Formats: sequence, C-alpha cells, structure tokens
Amino acid sequence: MLLIRCPYCEEERPELEFRNAGEAHIARSTNIAGESDDDFEKFFFIRANPKGVIYERWRHIHGCARFFNAVRDTVTDKFIMTYKAGEPKPAKLPGAAK
Amino acid sequence: MAKAAANTKATAASVERRPALAGRTLSAPGVKVEMLPPAERISLRAPQASLAALSKALGVTLPVKPKSSATKDGRTALWLGPDEWMIIDEAGNDPLADCAKVTVLHSAVGISHRNVGISVAGPAAAVTVNSGCPQDLSLDAFPMGAASRTILGKSEIVLLRTAADAFRVECWRSFSDYVFTLLSEAASDAAN
Repeated sequence: MLLIRCPYCEEERPELEFRNAGEAHIARSTNIAGESDDDFEKFFFIRANPKGVIYERWRHIHGCARFFNAVRDTVTDKFIMTYKAGEPKPAKLPGAAK
Repeated sequence: MAKAAANTKATAASVERRPALAGRTLSAPGVKVEMLPPAERISLRAPQASLAALSKALGVTLPVKPKSSATKDGRTALWLGPDEWMIIDEAGNDPLADCAKVTVLHSAVGISHRNVGISVAGPAAAVTVNSGCPQDLSLDAFPMGAASRTILGKSEIVLLRTAADAFRVECWRSFSDYVFTLLSEAASDAAN
C-alpha cells in the first residue's frame, strides 16, 4: 500500500484514507462571466494529463479531511512531495537533478 | 418545538433513546469487543483564535497536535483536523450547552445519536482493529491517547487508544452492525 504524507497530519498515512481531487493550481477567473467560451473551456475541461510529474490536489478524506497538493509521478506512481493547499508550486523538487 | 428540545438537558430527553446494538458483546481469546453505553458527543469546528475560550468553557484543553486527544473528568477532546474536534462526554454532561455560552466564533453540532462507541480491549486489541484499519497501531506510532479519523474496512471510524491494549472505535450508528460484525470476526481470528 502506498503511504502518502499529509502536510496537516504531519505524517505518512495509508493511501486508503485519501482521495484524488484532480489537477492542482488551476485558477478560476476573477471575471468568470466575462470569459469567452474558449477560455472557459480551457479552464473547465482541459487538463494537462502529463506523462511524468504532475501537480495534483488530494484530500485526506478519511483523516483530517483537508485538501492539499501533491507532486506525483504518473509513470512510477511515486509521490515526490506534498504541501499545504494555497502554497505556491515548489520551485525545486526534492531529488530532482541539481 | 426544536427550540424547546435544544434547551432540554440531555438526561431529561422526552423521547426514549434506543442506542444501536445496545449491550452487544463478543469475547474471544485475548480480546473483548463490546458496545459502549450512550455518551454525549459534539462535532466542534473553530479557528485558532477561539480555542482558549472554548477550552475554558468545555473544561478540557483542545489539543492542537495532530492525532492527539485530551481527557478530563470524563470528557475527551479528539483532534480530527486542524480546525475540527470531536468531544465525547461520558459523565452525562452536555458539551453542547457549555459551547452555547461561548461568544467567540465556533460551530458546535450535537452528534450524540449519530455515533456509537465500541470498545475493543485485550492483548489482541491492536491486531483486531488492524484487521480492517490500515494505520500503524504500534505503541510508538499510535500511543495511548492517540486519536484519529480513519477507516475500518469500508466504514469510516474515529479511533481512540484509551490504554496500551484498549481502543474506542466510534462509528456512525447506521454502520454499527457492519463495524461490530467486522470487529467480531477479526477478534475471533486475532487469537489464531
């Protein structure tokens, strides 16, 4: 079983307590009514779906119930790091080439 | 009507209370699983700034460390999340009434009848709970007083370690049959 570190519980917990909640760092327009259909489609439907490192929202639903962000490798399923919701994208990933 | 009910003390409830699975027990070699008597419970949400006032009103200091709990005079406060606690009162006092006097920002919801408590006690208690709960329940990782919302099989539970070899499992009453049965089966297996 995968162990996922919850930044609020400050420890690694079994994956069964977590739920994926889609791609992270997608900002909603401050003027959503003025968005063009194309821009709205990009915001609402289009996701990067990369092969490799992805930034995702996760929720510790059967634990502290908090949303947080995780950096995960879609090929190896390895969680590279997790950080609290609202924090900026980490500039440098641990273990990445210096 | 609802207002009158809110003001009634828990002991003077007008409706007969029938706790789920009341009195059910199961003894297996090394572990005993039993339904606990009814208790008063609230779900408490509050920001950091309100904690001091709420702790004072409740008579128990709300823990801020993850996976921890605090107990005083039959009342236990369990840390569930950064701004969420569950208060269990086994002494018959109503924590909801205590919170009602507090003026600082908070949300307290009575969940006494939503939950039931199940005691799992004995040398094989950790093995029994671990049969459905994926958390590390060794004394290093989950010491006495540790509390956490987690899962047991397919049901969400709140787990509290009351002693080195005893747990309190809190689950929703509609899940209680599933949880009790799963724990009973696990208890029978735990000795083997």
